[in-house]
Amino acid sequence: MCLAIPGKVLELLPDRPGALVDVVGVRRKVDIGLLEADMPKPGEWVLIHVGFALSKISEQDALDQMRMLTMLGEDEAAVQEVRGYGLDEPPAGGGSP
Amino acid sequence: MRFVDEFREPELISRTASEIRSLADPSRHYRMMEVCGGHTHAIYRFGLKDLLPGNIELVHGPGCPVCVLPMGRIDDGLLIAEQHDVIFAAFGDMMRVPGAKGSPLEHKARGLDIRVVYSPTDALKLARTNPDRHVMFFAIGFETTAPSTALTLMRAKAERLKNFSVFCNHVTIIPAIRAILDSPDMRIDAFIGPGHVSTVIGCRPYEWIAKNEGKPIVVSGFEPLDVLQAVVMLLRQLRASDAKVENQYRRVVPWEGNRAALKAMAEVFEVRSYFEWRGLGFISQSALRIRGAYAEWDAEQRFQVPGVRVTDPKAAQCGEVLKGVLKPSQCKLFGNACTPEHPVGALMVSSEGACAAYFNYEHGKGTPALTSLV
Repeated sequence: MCLAIPGKVLELLPDRPGALVDVVGVRRKVDIGLLEADMPKPGEWVLIHVGFALSKISEQDALDQMRMLTMLGEDEAAVQEVRGYGLDEPPAGGGSP
Repeated sequence: MRFVDEFREPELISRTASEIRSLADPSRHYRMMEVCGGHTHAIYRFGLKDLLPGNIELVHGPGCPVCVLPMGRIDDGLLIAEQHDVIFAAFGDMMRVPGAKGSPLEHKARGLDIRVVYSPTDALKLARTNPDRHVMFFAIGFETTAPSTALTLMRAKAERLKNFSVFCNHVTIIPAIRAILDSPDMRIDAFIGPGHVSTVIGCRPYEWIAKNEGKPIVVSGFEPLDVLQAVVMLLRQLRASDAKVENQYRRVVPWEGNRAALKAMAEVFEVRSYFEWRGLGFISQSALRIRGAYAEWDAEQRFQVPGVRVTDPKAAQCGEVLKGVLKPSQCKLFGNACTPEHPVGALMVSSEGACAAYFNYEHGKGTPALTSLV
């Protein structure tokens, strides 16, 4: 559980420090309260851990991180985790699954 | 079967492995501890051990949150849930971890209301949507996870949510490293520092390891090349009789860490005077508890904590494996009484636990690795 998941920020949400992110096609709301000092912008990439964006990273590093999770056999668990954020609420922004 | 071209820069991996061989003094035996369970998983999965000369030994450290949690804490959490009819919410990693009377999953089968959440904010949401029930989030993890719990508690307080609490089991990595260095049966030459914990705490907290203990430490990423480069950096320091903190994972880890995360942790948590770690015993100032200002949302202050103390099954040698004194396969239960399907100890549950990693990849050599490169 110490391996973070890379996601692309699609939009910043107005209700609280939240952002809609895309992790290999799965769109979910994550908390960006821990990036207060350096808020990500749409199009930027973040590392996500237990529903919170932990740091901003480059696109290349995000792709490398996802590939590494795949090599570790952790990619499905990562996507399952992201899918699970927000319990059973419909995905924010009307995105895919 | 993994193929070499899946890895980033295979030629560089090959060159780095050769560099390790030329830097390592053949007359010496090196013991390098990878502190983080994510590294343990990567090292086994990628067969990195096979790329290293025989005199470089990678010793697996205590950085797997579910592995170091003593069984009594799981029992305490489950007993609170049972006695006070609360919803017990925890990460999926916790579900199969054995307690004295079974895992959370087994308690669920017996009718206890146990829910898997992927984020502490989802436990908060459970509380909002179940106003007639109390929701207790069973929090585990090192500094990677603790800031998320902290922000969740800050939100609960801001909302004045009455039916939510956290049973806090957050631990901190530095005192565990100190306990290992103080342990008479441990002889570690150098450390591979944790990656994602360091995105929060930065590199500065490791400085005493270099300055006071004279041990090199390199914070490392998780890819094969990252770990090998960290080994090169450690060997260079050892060769020069140097000891400093270096950051191999600069692309993700800032030297100063994440200030907002540290601020949230400081607002909500204070250091416990001591906490029990499986295998390492009681370590002073090694864990976090919830500050008085958040007492209303602290399960330990809100409910009577049974304070269950359970000794691990006698034949299981989780403690020795956690300290790196024994290899997983040297435990009497490994692979027979204790398997990933029927774990006796937590190290066999989590993919970051040394026993599960060893069982899945090493035991019978499930995965090839990078050896074709060298």
